[in-house]
Amino acid sequence: MNKNERKIFKNNMLTYLMVIAFFVIVQTMSSTGHLSNLLNALLVPICVYTVATLSLNLVVGFSGELSLGHAGFMCVGAYASALFSNIAQNVPLVPRFIIAILIGAAVAAVFGFLIGIPVLRLRGDYLAIVTLAFGEIIKNLINILYVGVDENGLHVATTSNGYKLAAGGKQIMKGALGISGTSALYKPIKSWFFLIGIILVLITLFIIQNLVYSRTGRAIMAARDNRIAAESVGINVLKYKLTAFVVSAALAGVAGVLYSHNLSMLKVSTFDYNLSILILVYVVLGGIGNLRGSIIATVILYALPELLRGFSNYRMLIYAVVLIAMMLFNWAPAARNWRSRMLEKIRPGKERKEAA
Amino acid sequence: MAMLDVKNLGISFGGLHAVDDFHVEIEKGQLYGLIGPNGAGKTTVFNLLTGVYKPNEGIIKLDGNDITGRSTIEINKSGVARTFQNIRLFHKLSVLDNVKVGMHNHHAYSGLSGVFRTPKFRRTEKEMNEKGMELLKVFDLDQEAFIEADNLPYGKQRKLEIARALATEPKLLLLDEPAAGMNPNETAELMDTIRFVRDHFDMTILLIEHDMKLVGGICEKLTVLNFGQILCEGETAEVLSNPAVITAYLGE
Amino acid sequence: MMSFISYLISGINLGSVYAIIALGYTMVYGIAKMLNFAHGDVIMVGAFVILTAITKAGLAPWMSVLLAIVICTLMGITIEAIAYRPLRKAASPLAVLITAIGVSYLLQNLALLLFGADAKSFVTIINVPNVSLFGGQLTIKGITIVTIIVSAIIMTVLTLFVKRTKPGRAMQAVSEDKDAAQLMGVNVNTTISLTFAIGSGLAAIAGLLLCSAYPTLTPYTGSMPGIKAFVAAVFGGIGSIPGAMVGGILLGIIEIFGRAYISTQIADAICFAVLIIVLLVKPTGLFGKNVQEKV
Repeated sequence: MNKNERKIFKNNMLTYLMVIAFFVIVQTMSSTGHLSNLLNALLVPICVYTVATLSLNLVVGFSGELSLGHAGFMCVGAYASALFSNIAQNVPLVPRFIIAILIGAAVAAVFGFLIGIPVLRLRGDYLAIVTLAFGEIIKNLINILYVGVDENGLHVATTSNGYKLAAGGKQIMKGALGISGTSALYKPIKSWFFLIGIILVLITLFIIQNLVYSRTGRAIMAARDNRIAAESVGINVLKYKLTAFVVSAALAGVAGVLYSHNLSMLKVSTFDYNLSILILVYVVLGGIGNLRGSIIATVILYALPELLRGFSNYRMLIYAVVLIAMMLFNWAPAARNWRSRMLEKIRPGKERKEAA
Repeated sequence: MAMLDVKNLGISFGGLHAVDDFHVEIEKGQLYGLIGPNGAGKTTVFNLLTGVYKPNEGIIKLDGNDITGRSTIEINKSGVARTFQNIRLFHKLSVLDNVKVGMHNHHAYSGLSGVFRTPKFRRTEKEMNEKGMELLKVFDLDQEAFIEADNLPYGKQRKLEIARALATEPKLLLLDEPAAGMNPNETAELMDTIRFVRDHFDMTILLIEHDMKLVGGICEKLTVLNFGQILCEGETAEVLSNPAVITAYLGE
Repeated sequence: MMSFISYLISGINLGSVYAIIALGYTMVYGIAKMLNFAHGDVIMVGAFVILTAITKAGLAPWMSVLLAIVICTLMGITIEAIAYRPLRKAASPLAVLITAIGVSYLLQNLALLLFGADAKSFVTIINVPNVSLFGGQLTIKGITIVTIIVSAIIMTVLTLFVKRTKPGRAMQAVSEDKDAAQLMGVNVNTTISLTFAIGSGLAAIAGLLLCSAYPTLTPYTGSMPGIKAFVAAVFGGIGSIPGAMVGGILLGIIEIFGRAYISTQIADAICFAVLIIVLLVKPTGLFGKNVQEKV
C-alpha cells in the first residue's frame, strides 16, 4: 500500500467505526430508556435516508451529474419489495426479507439502467430536469397501479375495478392508497430493524467506498473531471456514468425497501421531487463526494426538524433559515476567505491545509 | 510500412474547408512536426486523427490498419494517444491516479473485483502503482505522485499529460503545443524529455508547435499547414529555409 | 369538435400562465446560469398579497395587483442580493441551487405561518364577460381572453426591451459572457438584479392569472406550476424568450389534452414524457442554442 492508499484505508475505516459507534451509543441509550419515543421512531428512517444520501453522492459527487429523481428509484424499490413480501407470505421470514431487499435493489437497478441510457447523453441542467421528470413519471404511474392476487395468480390493472378477484383473493396495491400492512408481516423482527438499517448503511458504504477507490471509480471520476480527456485515454465515458447511475439506483432501491417494510402504510405521494431534493440537500451540505459528511449531514438534518418540534410552526422556518445560512457560510467565496483568515489567526505560522 | 499513413484527409464546417487534402507518412520512431500559423487547422488535424471529428473524406491508417471514422475510444485502443493544447488533466485526481486512468485498458479487473478487493484487484493495483511510479520518474514527477493534479505547477501539468498519454501504451503519440507557455529553460528541458521518450519507449511522435527552436531542434521532418492546406513538407532544414514558409509565418 | 376547440382554448389559457412563469425562469437562467427553485413560490406570494390587500385592507383590485407586483419585484431583488449573489463564484453550481431550495422552503413556511395551511378561495378580480360563439356551442371565459392578451403583451414588450433598450442589451451581454460584459463597462450586479426584478414582477402577474383561472390558494400553490414552467422553459430551450413562450403554451395544451383524452391522473406524467422525448431528439430544447465544447 502506498501513502495515498493508506490514507484512504484509514479514512474508510474511520467512517465504518463512526457508524458502528453511532449504533452502539444510540442502541444503549434506547435500551436504557434514555431515548424518547419520538427519537426512537426516527432511527430506522435515519438509516433509510443515510443509504439514500450515500447512493446519491455516488452520482452527484463522484460521477458529477445532478440527479433530481432519486426518490423515483427509492419508490420503485419500495413498491417492488413490498409487493413481493405481500405475495410470498409462505416464504420464511428472514429469507423473505433478504430476497425482498435483493428484489428492491434489482428492480431499481433495471429502472436506473433504462432511464440512464437516454438521460446520461444529456448534459448538466438538462440532465437534472429529465431525472426530475422521470421521478415524477414513476410516481404518477404507480399511483394508478392496482395489483391483486388470488388462486389464479397475479392481476394488474390501472383502475380499481380493472379485475375481479376470486374468493380468498387479496388486493395488494391499491393505486393512490398504496400498499398497507407490510410492516405487520415482519412483526417478529421489527425490533431488529435499526440493526438491519445500520448493516445496510455499512454495506452501502462498503460498496461505494471500494468502488470509488478502484479502477472503475477512477474511470468514473476521470469522466467527471474531463470528459474529452477521458475518452482520449480510452475510457468509455457513457459506460462508467451508467455504472455509477445504476449502482446508485440499486442502493436507493435498498433504501426504499427498508422504508416500505418499516411502515404500515406505503403511499406513492411520499416519493415526489421534494424528497429527491431533500436528499440532494443532505448530499451538498455533507460535502459533494464526501461520504462521511453525507452520513453526518443526514443524521443531523433529518433529526433537526423533529427536534425542533417544540417550536411547532416555526420549525420549518428555522430549518429553511439554517439551510440558507449554512450554504452561504460553507460555499460563498467571501465566507471561505474569512474563515481561512480566522484560522490563520488562530494557528499562526502553522501551514494551513487548503480546504477541498 | 509507415506507422501513420494519412491520405486525402478533409473536413469542412458549414461549407468552410477547415482541412483539405491533408496527407502525411510517418515512419516508426520518427519525430515529426506539424507547423503553421494560428488557425491553419493543425489542431483540427489532431482532432481528425483522434476521432473527435469524423473526416468528410480521406483515409487514416495506423500501422497498416484503417482507423478512419472510428470513435476516440477505439482509436486510443488501437494505439493513438494525445495531449491537448489547453491542458486537460483529471484535476481532482492525484498525479499517480491520472497516470493510472491512462492504464485503464491495459490493466483490467472487473468492478466486482474492485468492490470485494479480490487478489486480482490487489495484484493489478500493485502492478499499476509500480509502473505508474516508474513512468512518473521519467518525467520527474514521482515526488508529486500523491498531490492533486490541480496543484501541480504549469510546466509539470504539461509533462503529466504526456505521461498519461504514454500510460495508454500507444504506438503513436500526438503532442499539441507541448511547449506552450514555457520559458526557454523549460523548453530546452522538454526537448530532452521528448527525445528521451522517443528513444526509451521506441515511440513515433507527431507534434504541433509554434516554437521554431524546438521544432528545428528535434523534428526530423515537417509539414507546414496554411489555411487548411499543406504549404510544404520535407526534411526540417529544407522546410524551414523555404521562402514560402517564411512568408506564411512573417507575412508579405 | 366543439369540445376539442374548448380544450384547446383552456390549454392555451393554462399554457399562457406557464409561459409567463417560464419567462422568469428562462431570463434568470440565461443570465445567472442558475435554476431558481424559489421562482414558483414568488407566484404564491404574489397571489397572497393580492388576496390579503383586497379582503383585509380593502384595497381596490388594480391597487392590490400593483402592490403585489411591487412587493414581488422587491423580494426578487432582495433574495438575489442576500442569498444568491454571494454564491455566484462558488466552487460548485450546486451551492446556489441548494440555497434556492432553502429560499423556497422559507417562502412556503413563511406563508404557512402567516396564512395557515388550509386552502383559501381566491377573489374574482378580472370581470370580463364570457364570449359565446357558434350560437352558444362554444363559450370562452373572460379570464381566458384576458390571460392570453396579457401574455401576448408581456412577450412583445419583453422582446422589444431585450432587443432595443440599453439595459436589455446589457442583459444579453451578461448572459453571453459575464467577464467580457464587465470589461465593456456593463454593471453585472445591476443587470442581474434587474433580471430578477423583471422575473419576479412577472411572477406576481402569473400569480394573479393562475389563481383567477384556478381559484384556490395554499402556501404550496406555486410549487407545481413552478416546476411545470421550468419544464416549459427547458422544453423551449432554456435561456430563450420565444422558447419559453412556445414551450409554456405547448405544455399547457398537452396537459389539458392529456387530462381530457387520456387520464387526469397521469396528465403530469404525459407532460414530463413529452419533455423527455423532445430533449432526446433535440438535447437543448426547441429554440436552444447548441454549444459544442472546443477541443
